Amino acid sequence: MTIVRPRTLDEAISALGDHPDAHVLHGGTDLMVEVNFAKTRPVDVVSLRRIAELRRWHVDDSTREIVVGAGVRWSDLEREPLRSLSPALAQAARTVGSPQIRAAGTIGGNLGTCSPAGDGLPVLSALDAIVVLRNRDGQREIPFHSFMTGPKRSVRKHDEIIVAVRWQPTGGFEGYAKIGVRNAMVIAVASVCLVHDPRAGEIRVALGAVGPTIIRARTAEAWLRERCDLRDLTTIGDDLSREFGARVRAEANAIDDHRSTRSYRHHGVGVLATRLLDRARKVTT
Amino acid sequence: MSGEPEFYDLRVNGATHAVSDAWLGESLLYVLRERLGLPGTKGACEQGECGSCTVLIDGDAVCACLVMAADAVDANVTTVEGLSAPTTLTDVQASFLAAGGVQCGFCTPGLVVAVHHLLDTNPNPSENEIREAISGNICRCTGYGRIFEAVRTAREERVAVRARGQK
Repeated sequence: MTIVRPRTLDEAISALGDHPDAHVLHGGTDLMVEVNFAKTRPVDVVSLRRIAELRRWHVDDSTREIVVGAGVRWSDLEREPLRSLSPALAQAARTVGSPQIRAAGTIGGNLGTCSPAGDGLPVLSALDAIVVLRNRDGQREIPFHSFMTGPKRSVRKHDEIIVAVRWQPTGGFEGYAKIGVRNAMVIAVASVCLVHDPRAGEIRVALGAVGPTIIRARTAEAWLRERCDLRDLTTIGDDLSREFGARVRAEANAIDDHRSTRSYRHHGVGVLATRLLDRARKVTT
Repeated sequence: MSGEPEFYDLRVNGATHAVSDAWLGESLLYVLRERLGLPGTKGACEQGECGSCTVLIDGDAVCACLVMAADAVDANVTTVEGLSAPTTLTDVQASFLAAGGVQCGFCTPGLVVAVHHLLDTNPNPSENEIREAISGNICRCTGYGRIFEAVRTAREERVAVRARGQK
């Protein structure tokens, strides 16, 4: 075997089960960079591009959950009807690479690569999304916060295929903000997703590119929940919003590298958290 | 080279091309240029940053450097060579020449493919939509002003052609 091009999920799972060391290929926007720069020399490849089931999405009739197949591309996520169903994921999708990258790259690939700077990942974290994995033994569903274990590391086993990701929309504000050196074609220096759940009375915040995994700022979330009734954000004033940003910043754990410094990244997530909370306050009023 | 040699067919610009003895990791960019004799698609960054290798795959504009060629079987690939008959110019190519949107020319084929994709999917794009559509194509010569001018010209000519067709 070298490359298998299955048309069904069962065929893909079977091929991957036979060759657990095979590379899983979908949009190619991560794997081919590695191959072009001789960091990876693929011997066996299982391509998921022809599996129609992975390209589909739907809203579950009974649970109202949004279920997005792993093969749904950024270019689908940034456009209607998905844009209105998931504004934060659409905002994140719009910041991924270029139109050419977004026409190829998939949400499943973002999860498969599992980079701390992956644009979709803070959104899935703040949405409390669940990742659906399948192999020959069956299916398991892992909350995103247990899925990612380190930079480019996850609990996905080698013979498992990421099938879909699903979450319950809150009906409240959700937004994504990202810092890079320019507006187009950048990898995040720091990113934040903020989701308001008006029914549960909570604000959920996830940070990208400021730690080995996506970081949920749970201490800051709890601090804010103790200060005010988050079913209604109009009671939040400017001072509280600024302090919230400072508390989010305290939960970052970034490194200095070629893309930015630890201190700038920490500053950045604090500013973005305040900015997103201010947007959420305006939407509510 | 690791692994077994690959043998597969690619459908490029309407014709079927046999690829033999290829390495699995070869990109579509490499196969187009080095195996199929189609050098119009340019290669520079090989990581999807520059857009000079933009081709159409089943109607989507993508970077050929990020497509595994062996995975592009049963897809319809269109390169810049496939946009018009040899020695003739497309409307977009003509407007690039007229506006002075070509200097060193290295980015031009990728831009031409991206602009065709834009005007074929969005016949009357706004300024922002034009900028967004070619945001993945880097040009180091022109400063983009004349490229934007060329896209506007091609847009207006197509709008005029459609208006004449409706009369």
